[in-house]
Amino acid sequence: MRRTDRAAARDAGPGWTIDTLRHWDQRIREQVESSGLACFPQEFEICDQNQMLGYMAYAGMPAHYPHWSFGKRFEKLKTLHDVGATGLPYEMVINANPSLAYLMKDNSLCQQILTMAHVYGHNDFFRNNVYFGHTHPELVTGAFKLRAERVRDYIEDPSIGLERVEAFLDAAHALSLQVRRHAFIRKASRAEQEARALRRSQPPRDPHASIHPPAKPVAVDLERVPLEPEEDLLLFIRDHSTYLADWQKDVLTIVDGQARYFLPQIQTKIMNEGWASFWHHRILNALALPQGLHLEFLVHHNQVIRPQPGGLNPYHVGYRLWQHIHEEHGEAALFEVREVDSDVSFLRRFLDERLMRELDLYEYAKRGNQLVVSRVADEEHWRDVKATLLNQVGVSSVPVIRVLDADYDANRTLLLEHAYDGRELESEYAMRTLAHVRRLWGRRVLLDTVMGDERLRLSSEGDPTLR
Amino acid sequence: MSDSVIRPFSESDAVRSDRSAGDRRRHRAKVRAAIRENIADIVAEEAIIGRSGDRVLKVPIKGIKEYRFVFGANVRGSATGDGDTAPGDVVGRAGQERDQDGPGPAGDRPGVDYYETEITLEELVEVMFEDLELPALERKRLREVPSERLHKRKGYRRVGVRVQLDKRRTALARVRRKVARGRAATPVASELRAPPAGAEPARFPFHRDDIRYRRLQLDEALESNAVVLCLMDTSGSMDTMKKYLARSFFFLLYQFVRTRYRNVEVAFVAHHAQAREVTEQEFFYKGESGGTLISSAYRKALEIVDERYHPSLWNIYAFHCSDGDNWVSDNDVALAAARELCAVSNLFGYGEIKPLNSRHYGSSMLDVFGQLDEPNFQAIRLERREDVWPGLREFLAKERSELPAPARGPA
Repeated sequence: MRRTDRAAARDAGPGWTIDTLRHWDQRIREQVESSGLACFPQEFEICDQNQMLGYMAYAGMPAHYPHWSFGKRFEKLKTLHDVGATGLPYEMVINANPSLAYLMKDNSLCQQILTMAHVYGHNDFFRNNVYFGHTHPELVTGAFKLRAERVRDYIEDPSIGLERVEAFLDAAHALSLQVRRHAFIRKASRAEQEARALRRSQPPRDPHASIHPPAKPVAVDLERVPLEPEEDLLLFIRDHSTYLADWQKDVLTIVDGQARYFLPQIQTKIMNEGWASFWHHRILNALALPQGLHLEFLVHHNQVIRPQPGGLNPYHVGYRLWQHIHEEHGEAALFEVREVDSDVSFLRRFLDERLMRELDLYEYAKRGNQLVVSRVADEEHWRDVKATLLNQVGVSSVPVIRVLDADYDANRTLLLEHAYDGRELESEYAMRTLAHVRRLWGRRVLLDTVMGDERLRLSSEGDPTLR
Repeated sequence: MSDSVIRPFSESDAVRSDRSAGDRRRHRAKVRAAIRENIADIVAEEAIIGRSGDRVLKVPIKGIKEYRFVFGANVRGSATGDGDTAPGDVVGRAGQERDQDGPGPAGDRPGVDYYETEITLEELVEVMFEDLELPALERKRLREVPSERLHKRKGYRRVGVRVQLDKRRTALARVRRKVARGRAATPVASELRAPPAGAEPARFPFHRDDIRYRRLQLDEALESNAVVLCLMDTSGSMDTMKKYLARSFFFLLYQFVRTRYRNVEVAFVAHHAQAREVTEQEFFYKGESGGTLISSAYRKALEIVDERYHPSLWNIYAFHCSDGDNWVSDNDVALAAARELCAVSNLFGYGEIKPLNSRHYGSSMLDVFGQLDEPNFQAIRLERREDVWPGLREFLAKERSELPAPARGPA
């Protein structure tokens, strides 16, 4: 390693200087452009371990509103890192325009090259995947900063204060992922919903109307709120609760806005990581690295995409699937799929029996105190295992909760429904979360669900009742 | 595509960017509040008497989870295997599902919450003091481990080591010398030596003779020994509240004794119809059924004193916790043994633990011990946590009023 003088040491890491990185970045970008990736402008920032932990705790955002849960996340990450249970990631990218990525100061040159190539993969994915279409990447960092300032203002406001803001955020966080999943399908307006309800209330056209008595239209209550089940819980409460102060409504808007920004990342984790790994592999091979660097690259690459028996490494599964798509469907299919799919459709379309067996995917269930393999991807069961897998990726692992009625029993009780799909809610969590909903709504909250084959109505006020 | 920007690492950013500090502090406060809520359970379960303050305890935490709607136990999961997974293989323990880790938006998935946190014994004790409503002044005293002062100052001298340099005395000595020299100088000489007007006055540097060191002498503090004898009736079942009351009382007693003696030992005697010397663990866990002979504990305590802690060398603090049951035939024998124990102890106390909600309304030894009029005996009643501190004070007041000279061991 060449020794640099003290002033320059700031701009350097093990085996590299800023100029070395610039050189390699140049070469990587040549590859990126010639291969057809279409990226946002890229910014890299060199950071140290503590900063990286900080970015991880705050979802990569340079500015974020304060809440104790981020402190908890930081402590947890730090503990895991200190005991060596998990390494720090080589990088962290945020979906913004220009795209912002953090590189660890202590990483070797090879790691930095690999990381930069990986970052361009994410960058391209953020820019081109349809699920990110509504995230306004050019405004992201500014929006997070503004939200942080608003929350800080409320905390500093003597008539509100830290305790109340924090308690309200606790409640809002509990519902942050209860949002419509298909953000790019337009939501019907109130007028459209009314028209639809009226249409549905009409009896179907009877081809033999002349010989049948005329059917009566079904009565429809157009005053009902919501007219159709509503999945955007935070926004619904914001718009229809009569008890919320302006600052509380604003906090709900803030939490909802942040969750919506992160939603596509949750929905495309496997695709996104696979895509970036696929491209860093390709780009580094095309770079014709010196032999020493190349060997180190292979080691790191294999660490990143190695299977984790007993878990599901998104890098591993995603990388393998993209490879598979490239082999079977050719180069053009790659770019088409990265544009239109999310994890669920990606796995549904391309994970076939052969691949499932190769990945040794299996299904497990709880038996007593143990997790026991219930089915493996054999001829008979691979579809079931796949269905289980699809149920746990992205937001499929979040129960769907819908608002049915905002004025149930004509006393402003909020009636929710869990869209039961064979998976039960965890009851303690459900009750505690209901208490949070009640805090937001201001009146009694009911939740219809199914537990142990019984249809139950949970109440925020006490014991559940059978329906 | 425009050029990429690479921003170098900036030290000042790294310093400024400890932005999680506030949120970490809030989290810590929440953990502490959760510990406070469960303090009785924690103290009831942890061995704390006579342990070092920086010992780290793992304590379960309830109430700082982030609740969301999540799926429950009937949900199946899917994962990749090592190549030859077969149905029926055990792949893990329930509740230990692995987090999908890696870069990405941390914290926007319902992650696995951790239920345990670590705190030092010192922190735990602090929380316990709050819970028992100890006055702030006493808290400080009881928390302090007396530092051993091995030396004391005795005069000054001209040779010594640098750390013992006494600057004030040294400066004084220099001033004295300066004044003395001024007097000694002849007028002629002073004229000759007088500097031209406006020039700086001549320097008058320190001389080796000016330097003074503090003189230290080995302190002849005498070794002082004390033993805390913890006696407890383990015949009934020990519920959490009883354990908490007993353990915190013994702990406070031990801490108090520690503030006064350099060498403090502790012994635990558990008894039902028979008495045994046990460890702290066993002391609070072994529930035994059978009759109760309080005298057996006192005999055992006397035996221990006889063997290891001779009253001429040891200050003896004995305390007995019980729920008040005793065989009536044993009462007189117990009373006699208690008298003997009083004779050898600095202080001997009896505490009757009857949590308010417990069903023990039976007999009480408080009446029996009413007949015991030794000056260094005190019986108290512990019903709830608020009683612990006043109880201890009442008990210790016996000694404070009389203060028998502590026994002195050989230096």
